[in-house]
Amino acid sequence: MVSWLGYGNSAQVSIVLEDEETREKVPVLADEEPKETQHLFYDGESVTGKVNIKLKQEGKKLEHQGIRIEFLGLIEIYYDRGNHYEFVKLDKDLARPGDLSESCSFPFEFLKVVKQYESYSGRNVRLRYFLKVTICRRLVDIIHEKGLVVHQLSSYPETNSPLKMEVGIEDCLHIEFEYNRSKYHLNDVIVGKIYFILVRIKIKHMELSIIKRETTGSGPNTYNENEQISRFEIMDGAPVRGESIPIRLFLSAYDLTPTMKDVNKKFSVRYYLNLVLVDEEDRRYFKQQEITLWRKSPTSLKPENRGVAALENMRT
Amino acid sequence: VVSTQSTFFFKQWYQRRVLFFLSSGINAEYGSTLLYTNKFECVGREMADDRITQRLTPKDQTLAEAYDIPANFLEIDILNPETHGIGNKRYTDYEVRLKTNLPIFRIQECTVRRRYSDFEWLRGELEKESKIIVPALPGKALKRMLPFRGDDGIFEEEFIEERRQGIESFINKIAGHPLAQNEKCLHIFLTEAIIDKNYVPGKLRN
Repeated sequence: MVSWLGYGNSAQVSIVLEDEETREKVPVLADEEPKETQHLFYDGESVTGKVNIKLKQEGKKLEHQGIRIEFLGLIEIYYDRGNHYEFVKLDKDLARPGDLSESCSFPFEFLKVVKQYESYSGRNVRLRYFLKVTICRRLVDIIHEKGLVVHQLSSYPETNSPLKMEVGIEDCLHIEFEYNRSKYHLNDVIVGKIYFILVRIKIKHMELSIIKRETTGSGPNTYNENEQISRFEIMDGAPVRGESIPIRLFLSAYDLTPTMKDVNKKFSVRYYLNLVLVDEEDRRYFKQQEITLWRKSPTSLKPENRGVAALENMRT
Repeated sequence: VVSTQSTFFFKQWYQRRVLFFLSSGINAEYGSTLLYTNKFECVGREMADDRITQRLTPKDQTLAEAYDIPANFLEIDILNPETHGIGNKRYTDYEVRLKTNLPIFRIQECTVRRRYSDFEWLRGELEKESKIIVPALPGKALKRMLPFRGDDGIFEEEFIEERRQGIESFINKIAGHPLAQNEKCLHIFLTEAIIDKNYVPGKLRN
């Protein structure tokens, strides 16, 4: 049996990070819980702090079989309940079996923790990092968790060619679309154009949307969740050949994550631009094109933190 | 044609330009880290920000392209309903007039006469041969075909006009569908004086 939230009959556990005041907090989305914020970490950063154990009844001793803290990275697939995949597990013993006679505090240090993947909370799958303190006892363990958010940063890709393609239906509709890049960072702007080569259908309007596709499982058990993140009209009316329609789409307006390919071989999150032309009889002609999204290092990142992972890596 | 842009995005674009000027000085001060390939690349990228949202250069559109008759001209009118025969053996047919410049029709103007059952035949053929969801025809009006009615049943003017509108909307919807345009049955229906019900179904192009 397990007592969650550290509220045993006897003790209250809390975890306080060393730089809790100064570290940035980021909102976390999860299906069940209301929106909360958690501290943000990057790959290579150390996770240090204190575990505070407060005895509910001062004077009454707390017997235990050991106290430990773990740093865990977990992938949870919702439809596969009970099957959690731990891809990171670090632990430290805080106290050997014995008694706690008064409230106390244990410092902990996980140095230069490798956090390979970005935190993700989606329709069918969740990837999360958290610290877990366990006070082992004979009957009921006391457990307390504190979630963390991890962002994966990338630098400007070496190659980033525009996406340019001629598509259509033979004899009916030929267009050439162009998007200025194939890889966009999360605060980037998609600049593009649609050029009409042949228009033999009666077009009413044209729209562009961003589709997020979350893929979980493999083989016959593959689940694809498509979500339309945004949609807006880029053209109203009937174009003729030779017409060019501009596109300008600001990505910072939307709730996007970086593209994640085959995370721990468990899930993928990919993004597509969906160009849709609608004719007068509401028939839809569309073309989906994958784009790669990546997370740029924020300019607000303090220089001490920005270089932390890199400098620590360089020192070893 | 109108290229629609929300004013919200322009405001955000302007705000980002202002932010860039405030932060670019800070970027330049600190040394390079492994998070950037080098600091100059970082600053260089930020500098290009104000040019980042500029439109791509479009290809020029010639006057001919802009002012020519549109290449999607397709009109089918249903006109001049006529009732033929006498007594029980009467039937109504309609003039089906096609005007188009789509090359797949191989003919720019054409007129044929068709009756309701011909439309039913076309609908059946399209459901069988193509993968389209075929729109519905106006009703068969079986009640109107029963004897002992006070009015003229299916030969009432009002009913004929209602039916005319329904089949006009039907044929325009279907004739504009790129997959339906590929079916022989549609072309037979629109261009041949008499429908050969024993035709060989097929497509016009691959």
